[in-house]
Amino acid sequence: MLNRNIKEKGIESLLFAAGATAVIALFLLCIFLFREGALLFENYPVSSFLTDTKWLPTATKPQYGLLPLLLGSFVVTVGSILFSVPLGIASAIYISEIADPKIANVLKPVTEILAGIPSVVYGFFGLVILVPIVQKTLSLPTGQTALTGSIMLGIMALPTIISISEDAISSVPRSIKEGSLALGSTEWQTIYKVTVPAALSGISAAVMLGIGRAIGETMTVMMVSGNSAIIPGFPSGLFESVRTMTATIALEMGEVPQGSDHFHALFAIGSVLFITTFIINIIANYIKRRYRFSL
Amino acid sequence: MFSNAKLNEKIAFALLKVAMAMVIAFVVIILYDIISNGYGILSIEFITSAPRKGMTQGGIFPAIVGTTYLIMGSMIVALPLGILAAIYLTEYAQPGKTTWMIEMAINNLAGTPSVVFGLFGLAIFVKYFGFGDSILSASLTLALLILPIIIRASQEALLTVPKEYREASLALGVTKWETIRKVVLPAAIPGVVTGAILGVGRVAGETAPILLTGAAYFYPRLPSTIFSQFMALPYHLYVLATAGTNISQTRPIQYGTALILLLLVLFVNVIAVTIRSHYRKKLKR
Repeated sequence: MLNRNIKEKGIESLLFAAGATAVIALFLLCIFLFREGALLFENYPVSSFLTDTKWLPTATKPQYGLLPLLLGSFVVTVGSILFSVPLGIASAIYISEIADPKIANVLKPVTEILAGIPSVVYGFFGLVILVPIVQKTLSLPTGQTALTGSIMLGIMALPTIISISEDAISSVPRSIKEGSLALGSTEWQTIYKVTVPAALSGISAAVMLGIGRAIGETMTVMMVSGNSAIIPGFPSGLFESVRTMTATIALEMGEVPQGSDHFHALFAIGSVLFITTFIINIIANYIKRRYRFSL
Repeated sequence: MFSNAKLNEKIAFALLKVAMAMVIAFVVIILYDIISNGYGILSIEFITSAPRKGMTQGGIFPAIVGTTYLIMGSMIVALPLGILAAIYLTEYAQPGKTTWMIEMAINNLAGTPSVVFGLFGLAIFVKYFGFGDSILSASLTLALLILPIIIRASQEALLTVPKEYREASLALGVTKWETIRKVVLPAAIPGVVTGAILGVGRVAGETAPILLTGAAYFYPRLPSTIFSQFMALPYHLYVLATAGTNISQTRPIQYGTALILLLLVLFVNVIAVTIRSHYRKKLKR
């Protein structure tokens, strides 16, 4: 009996250790990322990193300005959200409130296919199909623009936005909707005055997670947005080539000597990226938990 | 007034329908483009031979092998770890600070960009542990990346096992762990498998993390040890589509690679979704 208890305790500790791996992994990730990133600031002041307007890592007097890359990520992300949020929420409403349940059961897995397609395949498709279309329709010198990146990222963010919004909308209790319909409102009035507002917290969480996905995406933006590290104008920057934080890391890491300033600068960029998505995740999870519908 | 509301409703519903149709159109167009253009080049030779003549001819065999190794390597690490963590969280953990921290860490790992995992893998596995640019470094990096997926799916599976199963077993005097091992876990297997399969799909498609931890531009030999560099399908597609002087010449190979990758990932997802919906239905009965 005693033996059995010892064994049980031992197993519980082992299981706890496995659970703790996630915490340890996140902790180590912070340490290694920030430590390598901080080494840049031994030779290059933090203030310059944050305020320099140029990213010229290979110049004779290198400049590691974060701004062009941060704003590049910003423009592409805002563009993708403007495109995917209305489309995603509309689709979610259609699936949960309007479509015949049988059709909805087909539509859902079809939209989920978008989540399964690897980002490099999106990038490839964007490069071969969308880039020439953008160039021709807008008669631009190149089709590799922030807009192209925004559209591709928007498509990629759609399944996240649709599935989480759909969850939120369909979890609004039927009694509330029926109350509204009984008062003589049309179905549409009920949807936009009652159902959607009631699901707003879930929808906001969906949007936050969509933003997180768009900021962190690497291969697709790298293949379709042209990668010029210039501070983009807004909205004119949409039609120019931009470079995001993610693309910079993936493009340049292969060519830099380990331990150089440039190497550490890429880790500093990665740290900024990590902190950004970390904050977005915290907010998204907070909203999701705080306002979960309960009746 | 009344007819006005009806008219508004008609317009609104039409717009929602258009939005839905656009989303479906994206799926169809992307799949159609890759399948119709990639179909022609697929052959036994394409998937069993190495690239030749500066990658302008030949097949993609080394990339398929590399991706297979990555899947195996990351699964060996992430699957047991993820399942054990899920058992802890659903069966043992008490609500409190520790559990909250674990949950928070999982959520944040799930939302961390893959390129950041790449940087982490580079700093810790390639540099700090000295594994170099290798299958080992890349597999470990990918294992961390899919850990949240496997934990979440396994948790969901364990939660769907009815309480009565546990109580019946415990009432017979079986210990908690024996109950979990012999009763709860077998009942949760389908859900756990679903999580594992989704993880496979993710590993097969990820590019940014392996780009930083050991994927090779061109490595026609098959990797001989876990410390070798390797080729992988997604990176191969990226290289062919963006680098070199023969981008338009190798377009068919690019489409072929994209199609193989797409088929692999979709096949895996279809299996996962089927298993999941089958067991969800069963559970509701």
